[in-house]
Amino acid sequence: MMKKYLLLIPLSLFLLLAAFLGRGLGLDPREVPSPLIGKPAPAFDAPSLDDPAQHISPAQLKGRVWILNVYASWCVACQDEHPVLTEWARLHPGTPLIGLDYKDERPAAQTWLGRLGNPYTRSVFDADGRIGVDWGVYGVPETFVIDKTGVIRLKHIGPLTPEVLRTRIEPLLQRLALGA
Amino acid sequence: MIPELGQIALLLALAAALLQSLPPLLGALRGRPDWMALARPAAGLQSAAVIIAFALLTASFVRNDFSVLYVAQNSNSALPLVYRIAGVWGGHEGSLLMWLLMLCLWTLAVARFSRGLPEVFITRVLAVMGLISAGFLLFMLLTSNPFERLLPAAFDGRDLNPLLQDPGMVGHPPTLYMGYVGFSVAFAFAVSALIGGELDATWARWTRPWTTAAWIFLTLGIAMGSLWAYYELGWGGWWFWDPVENASFMPWLAGTALIHSLAVTEKRNGFRAWTVLLAILAFSLSLMGTFLVRSGVLSSVHAFATDPRRGLFILAFLVLVIGSSLTLFAWRAAKVGLGQRFAVVSRESTLLANNLLLVVTTGAVLLGTLYPLFLDALGLGKISVGPPYFDQIFALLMTPLVVLMGLGPLMRWKGDTVPALAQRLRWAALASVLATAASTVSAGLFSPWAVIGQALAWWILWTVGADLAAWRGQFARIPRATLGMWLAHLGVAAFIAGVTVVKSAERETDVKMRPGDTTTLAGWQFRLDRIGPVPGPNYEAMRAELTATRDGHAPVHLAPEKRIYRVQTNPMTEAAIDPGLTRDLYVSLGEPLPDGAWTFRVQMKPLVDWIWGGCVLMALGGLLAATDRRYRRR
Repeated sequence: MMKKYLLLIPLSLFLLLAAFLGRGLGLDPREVPSPLIGKPAPAFDAPSLDDPAQHISPAQLKGRVWILNVYASWCVACQDEHPVLTEWARLHPGTPLIGLDYKDERPAAQTWLGRLGNPYTRSVFDADGRIGVDWGVYGVPETFVIDKTGVIRLKHIGPLTPEVLRTRIEPLLQRLALGA
Repeated sequence: MIPELGQIALLLALAAALLQSLPPLLGALRGRPDWMALARPAAGLQSAAVIIAFALLTASFVRNDFSVLYVAQNSNSALPLVYRIAGVWGGHEGSLLMWLLMLCLWTLAVARFSRGLPEVFITRVLAVMGLISAGFLLFMLLTSNPFERLLPAAFDGRDLNPLLQDPGMVGHPPTLYMGYVGFSVAFAFAVSALIGGELDATWARWTRPWTTAAWIFLTLGIAMGSLWAYYELGWGGWWFWDPVENASFMPWLAGTALIHSLAVTEKRNGFRAWTVLLAILAFSLSLMGTFLVRSGVLSSVHAFATDPRRGLFILAFLVLVIGSSLTLFAWRAAKVGLGQRFAVVSRESTLLANNLLLVVTTGAVLLGTLYPLFLDALGLGKISVGPPYFDQIFALLMTPLVVLMGLGPLMRWKGDTVPALAQRLRWAALASVLATAASTVSAGLFSPWAVIGQALAWWILWTVGADLAAWRGQFARIPRATLGMWLAHLGVAAFIAGVTVVKSAERETDVKMRPGDTTTLAGWQFRLDRIGPVPGPNYEAMRAELTATRDGHAPVHLAPEKRIYRVQTNPMTEAAIDPGLTRDLYVSLGEPLPDGAWTFRVQMKPLVDWIWGGCVLMALGGLLAATDRRYRRR
């Protein structure tokens, strides 16, 4: 005959799930401390999304403050983020905004950018997600700020919002531009 | 006046729903036939009130009554009539009302077609359905009233989301909801059996056609949604593992498991507690889907307005319904019992493995859907888990399931021997190997998944053939349910063939063209004849006209459009598709370039229509099975 406690498993699993759902209701994206902050940006030398013959590497950007934004055409949250990013890039043409197209297919990503507009100075094509692993990407979208010496100074998980850009990214960019 | 009448109808429905549930439930527990007798008339009253409320909301849409907030948000005076009607379920409040309408239709059907069942049993079923109804009515009245007034009235409405202005909007949501909500019947039957503490083959025979009916609707609803995404989203994908798609797919997986486990309960009186659990699970996942979609805890292209109060209410409701039914399960399932024993090599075993695989798949989809939420709840940030995860997990779990799909029907109940099974399967196995080799070579699809996909499709086809051959000489005596099973399994084969071939052999190209230019893809030549503006009822369109030609084929005319809707001003891509049994030609219009040319995406998708054709076969198989002679009214 069945053990009584076995019959309690479905209920317990459900209650655990419900607790998570309840927590989820009151949540906003939050900052995660990344072990990479304050460390040199992991190197890569990867093809560009538009032209496989061209390669992009962080070394090319040494001496400049730049942003790496991880995105993918299959990522729903990226669609929410996209207009914010596009508007921001238009107003800040001086900061290189490098896209990292994560675990994607080239035509899908190109169509996606063609449809929604392309805010990126250049996009790195990371087909198998290896660069993402090096950079400690949990999921998409994520955003990194890298300083003039090639050190990661900030990581934001989840879609960028105008508020995050205003309160966290822009002040940091200004400080970094002054060489602080 | 109409909105106020609608409001009254909803209040009346709430009162009737409570009357349908509480006194009859108590009456059933205490053996009071007079209280129990309330269930049927109250169910009729509740349904009538909900139908009236739905009709009144539709009337407000048709009459362009922009003093109703919901109408002002989801309609516009320039919107064509058919979309004004479909606009009723274009937003949150109306979707809930439709959910409720479907629940009432199922309730009416149960009340009507259950005369042969013991009165106390059916009373409990109606009472449980009434409780669910009451919960949804409270939810609507407290947080999401579709009849809320907007004073002063808006001059014109904000228009229906252009994505939803499509024939798909007319059929897809009602069918999908009909399926979703249909599992409430199996759920109510399960809860009723748990309360009564008795569950036998007769119970399974009552439950089966209802479950299959809901599953048919759900199958068709999901297929319609996928087809809609394919032609309307304009870039040729047909399934995105979006949270809302997953929300409809999880009940389908659990429902499929339930259909198979019910077969064991009916035929062999086995899997009893397990069947009850699956019935609870299938409906719980439907409710959970509603929660995920309506509460806005997950971001999705389908997301409607989000309001934390709504989320909290649905969560509380979810805990109440699912929590109490699972508590009841924990308390009473031992009484229901496990049922008959069976050998390791038997049809029961393959069905058990089928159930486990389907439940694990459901769990994997649930995990992938909620993983971002879990991370967020643990303070690890918001992210999105994409198709790479789902595709991989799904293919890995479905492969053994499909192998079993071939084996199971050829196994004997209770116990079988491996040599006898090998005897029955040898021709099917041999034919599958040969056919796979032939199709692999002739189509040139050599990637591992492409070969596996072809092998699985052939395996189903030949094992169904072997099963059919076993009936030779007495084809007229094949039960309708068996024919239905074969047809549904062949639908799975067609589906797999479609997915495999389209994934591994589709061709596409992004080109820039001016009128007169041509491009070639997969043997077809596409010529851009002209491009120019075309006005629509509530949008402006840019339409390109292309002719596709190929040796030995009649020329095909294709006219993709790019539309800008006047009110919401977002651009929509209307792809032009030439569908065919062996391939679709798919052309979408991209962006204008500064030099006067336009970008186009041209795709050739082989066997893509088999994906939806397969779903239709599955649904037809379900229809044959549900109408088998033994379920007809006694």
